[in-house]
Amino acid sequence: MERIPILKMGDFLLVTIQVDMHDQLALTLQDDLSERINKTSARGVLIDISALDMVDSFIGRMIGTISGLSKIMDAETVLVGMQPAVAITLVELGLTLPGVSTALNVERGMKLLQERVREQ
Amino acid sequence: MNVRSSGTQAINIEQDVVLARQTARKLATECGMRLIDLTKMVTAVSELARNTMVYGGGGDMDWQILDENSRVGLRLTFRDDGPGIPDIKLAMTDGWTSGSGLGLGLTGAKRLVEEFELDTAPGKGTRITITRWT
Amino acid sequence: MAALHIGTLDAMKSNQTQLVGDWMTSQEATGATRNLKEHDLKQQTSEFLQLLIAGLENGNGPNVNAPGWDDIRQFLEKLSHSRALSGQDSHQTASFIFSLKGPMFGLLQRHYEANPAMLAEQLWEVSELVDALGMHTIRTFQKSREAVIKRQQEELLELSTPVVKLWDGVLALPMIGTLDSQRTQVVMESLLQRIVDTGSEIAIIDITGVPTVDTLVAQHLLKTVTAIRLMGADCIISGVRPQIAQTIVHLGLDLQGVVTKANLADALKLALTRLGITVSKSV
Repeated sequence: MERIPILKMGDFLLVTIQVDMHDQLALTLQDDLSERINKTSARGVLIDISALDMVDSFIGRMIGTISGLSKIMDAETVLVGMQPAVAITLVELGLTLPGVSTALNVERGMKLLQERVREQ
Repeated sequence: MNVRSSGTQAINIEQDVVLARQTARKLATECGMRLIDLTKMVTAVSELARNTMVYGGGGDMDWQILDENSRVGLRLTFRDDGPGIPDIKLAMTDGWTSGSGLGLGLTGAKRLVEEFELDTAPGKGTRITITRWT
Repeated sequence: MAALHIGTLDAMKSNQTQLVGDWMTSQEATGATRNLKEHDLKQQTSEFLQLLIAGLENGNGPNVNAPGWDDIRQFLEKLSHSRALSGQDSHQTASFIFSLKGPMFGLLQRHYEANPAMLAEQLWEVSELVDALGMHTIRTFQKSREAVIKRQQEELLELSTPVVKLWDGVLALPMIGTLDSQRTQVVMESLLQRIVDTGSEIAIIDITGVPTVDTLVAQHLLKTVTAIRLMGADCIISGVRPQIAQTIVHLGLDLQGVVTKANLADALKLALTRLGITVSKSV
C-alpha cells in the first residue's frame, strides 16, 4: 500500500504531501504520524502542503485531527506552504483550521517549532 | 447556449473521487478558467463526488462544457440513486464546524460555485448540478 | 412565414463566387473592411455564405435561435468576438452582415425578373433573415465588448492598487476608493501571491483611502486576513479612522483579533518590532 513518507529531523517530524490523496491515504497518514510521534517522542510535526493545489474538507479535517492528536502527545504541529488559491478556497468553504499553527515555508516552520519547544 | 462537449464518469470507489477531481481540473483548464476559480471548482467537485460515493452509495458525474456568447462554462452534475436527502436544511449545514459530521457541507460547496441546483427526495436519489463561467 | 424558395437557394449556390465578390465590394463601400486583412475577409465572407446556404438547405427559417442555425451562430459569435478585440465598432461589425442585402437583392432581381410577386416575397424573406442574423451579430458584439471592458477594468484595478514592499518581510497594500466585492477579490489575490513570492510575514492593509466600511467590506477584509493567516503570515489593518472605528463597533463586527492601527507609520513600527528589527538614529 502506498504511504506518504515521514522524515525525522532532530526532534521533529516532516511530512511533505505531494500527491493528490485519496481518502484512505490521508487516514493512513494520520495513523502513521501518531505512531511515529509516539515511537520517537517527537516534539513537533511539520506538514508541508506547498505542492498541494487543492485542499478539501476531508484533508482539512485530517490536518485538524493531526494537530489535535499531536497536542495530546505533547507535540506541536505547524502547517506550511499553503498556496494562495487554496487559502482563499478554504476560507470560502468555511474551513479556518482553528488551533493549527501555520508558517510560510519549512524553514520558518522549523523556527516556529523550535521557539515553541523552547518556551515549554 | 451551446454544449461544446460532454461526458460522464462513474463515482463508486475512493479512487474515483480523485479521478473526478482530475477530470474537473482538466476541463476547467480547457475552459480557460482563472486559477482561483479553477481551484474553487475542483474543491467543490471533491466535496460533491465524495458525498455521492459515501452517502449516495455510488453514482455518476456528468460534465458539459458550455459556450454562451463570449463566455465558456463548466457544468457538472452529480447523481446517485441513493436514499436521497431527507433534511435539506441539515444537509446544507457545515458538518465539520458542528463536529457531528452529519451535515454534508453543501452550503460550503455552494459558495464555491456560481450556479448550484439541488434535486433530491427521500427514496428518489440525489442530483446536484454546479456551474462556473469564465 | 415561408422559407426561402428553392429557386432562390439554387440561384445562391450557382452564383456563389459572384456573390462573394459583390458582397466584399459592398462591405468595402461601407468602410467595414478598414484594418482587416483581405485574405481573412475573403475567408470569412466565403465561409459565412457556405454556412448560410447549408442552413437554408436544411429548411431553416428566419428564427436564428433554432438549433439548425447553431453553426452560423457560432461563426457569428467568433466573428464579433474577434472584431471586438481588434477594436472595430458595432457599426462596422454589423455591416459585415447587412451589406449582404445589396448583392442578394441584385441576385434575386435577375433571377425573378419574370415573376414580380415571387420577387417581392423572396426579397422580404431574405431581408428578414439577414436582419435577424445582423441583430444576433450586434448582440454578441456587445457582449464581447463588455467582456473586454471588464477585463481592462480588472487590469486597471491591479495597476492602481500596487502591493508595496516596505521592508524585508513587510508588504503594504494601500487601498483607495470604494471597495466592491469584485475589486476586493482581485486585489486580495495579488496581495496573497506577493506574500508567497516575497516570503513576507507581515502584510499591512491600509484603508486610509477607503471612505466607508460596511458589513460587506469588513467581511471581505476578514476573509483576506483569514487567508493570510492560513498561509502562515499575519496582517495589520491601518488607516482606521474614528468614523470607521465607530461603524465597526456599531455594526458589531468581530475583527477576530486583527490588530488595527490608526496610520501606516504605526503599523510599520509594529511590524518591525514583531520582526525583531530596531531602527536607531545615528548621532
